[in-house]
Amino acid sequence: MLGRTANGVFWMARYLERAENTARLLDAGSRMALTRDVMTAEAEWRSVISTVGQAAGFEAVHGPAYTGDKVWNFLLRDKANPGSVLAMLEGARTNARSVRTALTREVWEAVNESWMLLSEWLSRPVKEAMLGQVLAAIRRQMTLVRGAMDGTMLRNEIHNFTRIGTFIERADNTARILDVKYYVLLPSIAWVGSSLDNVQWESVLRSVAGDRAYRWLNAGAMDPRGIAQFLILDQRFPRSLHFCIDKIRSNLRGLAHEYGLETGAHELLRGLGTQFHDATIESIVEHGLHEFITEFIACNQQVAQAIERDYRFYV
Amino acid sequence: MGQTTAAFDEMLNPAGGVRAAYADYREWFDGQDPALLRRKDGEAENFFRRTGITFNVYGDNAGEERLIPFDMVPRIVTPHEWRKLSRGIEQRVRALNAFLHDIYHRQEIVRAGRLPQRLIAENAAFLPQMVGFVPPGGVYTHIVGVDLVRTGPDEFMVLEDNARTPSGVSYMLENRETMMAMFPELFTRVKVAPVQDYPRRLARSLAACAPAAAGDRPTVAVLTPGIYNSAYFEHAFLADQMGAELVEGSDLRVVDGRVAMRTTCGYEPIDVLYRRVDDEYLDPLTFNPNSALGVPGIMDIYRAGGITIANAPGTGIADDKAIYSFMPEIVEFYTGEKPILQNVPTWRCSEKDSLAYVLDHLDELVVKEVHGSGGYGMLIGPTSSKREIADFAMKLRAKPGNYIAQPTLALSTVPIFTKAGLAPRHVDLRPFVLVSPKGVEITPGGLTRVALKKGSLVVNSSQGGGTKDTWVLED
Repeated sequence: MLGRTANGVFWMARYLERAENTARLLDAGSRMALTRDVMTAEAEWRSVISTVGQAAGFEAVHGPAYTGDKVWNFLLRDKANPGSVLAMLEGARTNARSVRTALTREVWEAVNESWMLLSEWLSRPVKEAMLGQVLAAIRRQMTLVRGAMDGTMLRNEIHNFTRIGTFIERADNTARILDVKYYVLLPSIAWVGSSLDNVQWESVLRSVAGDRAYRWLNAGAMDPRGIAQFLILDQRFPRSLHFCIDKIRSNLRGLAHEYGLETGAHELLRGLGTQFHDATIESIVEHGLHEFITEFIACNQQVAQAIERDYRFYV
Repeated sequence: MGQTTAAFDEMLNPAGGVRAAYADYREWFDGQDPALLRRKDGEAENFFRRTGITFNVYGDNAGEERLIPFDMVPRIVTPHEWRKLSRGIEQRVRALNAFLHDIYHRQEIVRAGRLPQRLIAENAAFLPQMVGFVPPGGVYTHIVGVDLVRTGPDEFMVLEDNARTPSGVSYMLENRETMMAMFPELFTRVKVAPVQDYPRRLARSLAACAPAAAGDRPTVAVLTPGIYNSAYFEHAFLADQMGAELVEGSDLRVVDGRVAMRTTCGYEPIDVLYRRVDDEYLDPLTFNPNSALGVPGIMDIYRAGGITIANAPGTGIADDKAIYSFMPEIVEFYTGEKPILQNVPTWRCSEKDSLAYVLDHLDELVVKEVHGSGGYGMLIGPTSSKREIADFAMKLRAKPGNYIAQPTLALSTVPIFTKAGLAPRHVDLRPFVLVSPKGVEITPGGLTRVALKKGSLVVNSSQGGGTKDTWVLED
């Protein structure tokens, strides 16, 4: 396949994943804000913006006042935000359109329809009463695209690049959520038996669609280390870092198998894989959760860059 | 407008009876519930939108994606009519290829005094780089679209030849898909010749023109200017249907004496390039140096036999409107036969007497730019204001050699489906032709374009035209 096409499906998948993650983040944020006083609610919305790394962009438009409707409209549809859900959908659709020959008709139509539907919804400012519906629609459309991919795509290089894009983006997202929230969570991780901010933890779990899964695994007990372990190391949870790493590894293995050649990205992933395999939540906390997350985000980016380079996405 | 009433109606004869070609269809139509048909009409639009069958418009809202309106009433051609048309088209296409070979070699037709030298020498579409070179398989124009208009029961005329990069074939295919999805029962009732194997034929025809450097299974790629091109949907559609790569200039470069595409595993050679990029942008080293759409050095590789370019560079000389006016001579010169299909009578404004006549009759003529296409920059006398005609006359006097003029033809009509029922509208027809060393293939059908506005004669999609499914009936 063409390097440009690999680039197209890779970024299509990343943009779709990012749109979905932003919707989940907003959903958790709005839940959280509802249960807090005004000051804490504002802090909550601020942390939503810093999770996606858009604080400077947001304040350039709205100043330092982080009110809910400003935050969600900024993240959903603001032209000043290059990472808005609307921009992600347009990016995904433009990429899909430029690699149409690599997509099945169903995948293309799912992406195109999602763009048509959601860009209509997002053509006007989103009112609070509509927020829940809009966020649900975003998640639903992304699920539709994923279903079309799963059900119709050949399991070949095109599929592998799509999946790698999805999991690189997803790992980045989970890591960023942990990175922003770690200061809230840190005391309770370090001190066993400390008073635990249950709502904060709920919110983190909810923003990665893991609240139910976690309760189910732990019979409802909110144990901070358990939650950190769940989000970082649980290989069964589809948004944990370890799960994403496993998937990237197996899709890269698929590429090596198809091409008969390993690249620098394979080497990087082997290193990451070993690191995760050997890690325990104790060793991570001892090393420093923040340091661990920061290193992970950087390493994940290196993997993405290595893939872009090794598979000739641009030159 | 006088010509509207005089136009030949393809569905109804003057007494109001249904013509034989449409008898089965009309019987079916009359049995349908109009409300249901209206609902289906809306569904068709959604279908096109969802599947992304759109085209981009140049001009006011650059980059905007629009739909070409689809009309659900088919245009129907009888087997008898089609046989004559295809004989005429094949004759014409063979003549075009022979003409191109001659123009780039000995120019016998000029030596014989049948074509003025200046039409070649002064023509921007003539490429000196092609002189003395024979493309792989001897084919110049692999894919041709011949625009036909009809003025009576037996009168089909050629309005234009599209020998460089004819577009619209994806609409021929998608319109049929849409009709079959909307009205499956119609196709069990009426036997319509299939068009669906066009992409397979195209792939086979292109592969048959592979250069000497190719292996047993030639690699075919479609070269597109990219997603903002007006016909991008078609480029992607054809590549997809052929199982070929869809490439852009930035994917290609010359590697080891071949034109190669950048894949995830390195550069791989291409044998046949179906390019949908104009000559001018094909090779910045040879033509427009600012082009980012082409491949630097591709012309050298082409001349060395490393790649087939379809259609060949320089084929535009054959579909120029000034050359068009000589097509009857061209057909006779190369085939030794009388043309089966007639040309539309054409005045060449470069000739003094013709110019005088045209200037005197602007209000009844259609005047076109010699190098123009897509319905841009033309004058339709009968529907233009005095002011528009006066303005156009100035342009015409300033550069007469830039224009040709034709009578305003009473294009035949086929009904379209409107809220008020069936209403006749003017149509033309573009069948698609494939040429390879193995022969000439014409897909039974084509693209019928229809002027949706009552009385309008402009069928171009860029000017408010729509399309119809085109049925060639089977015996």
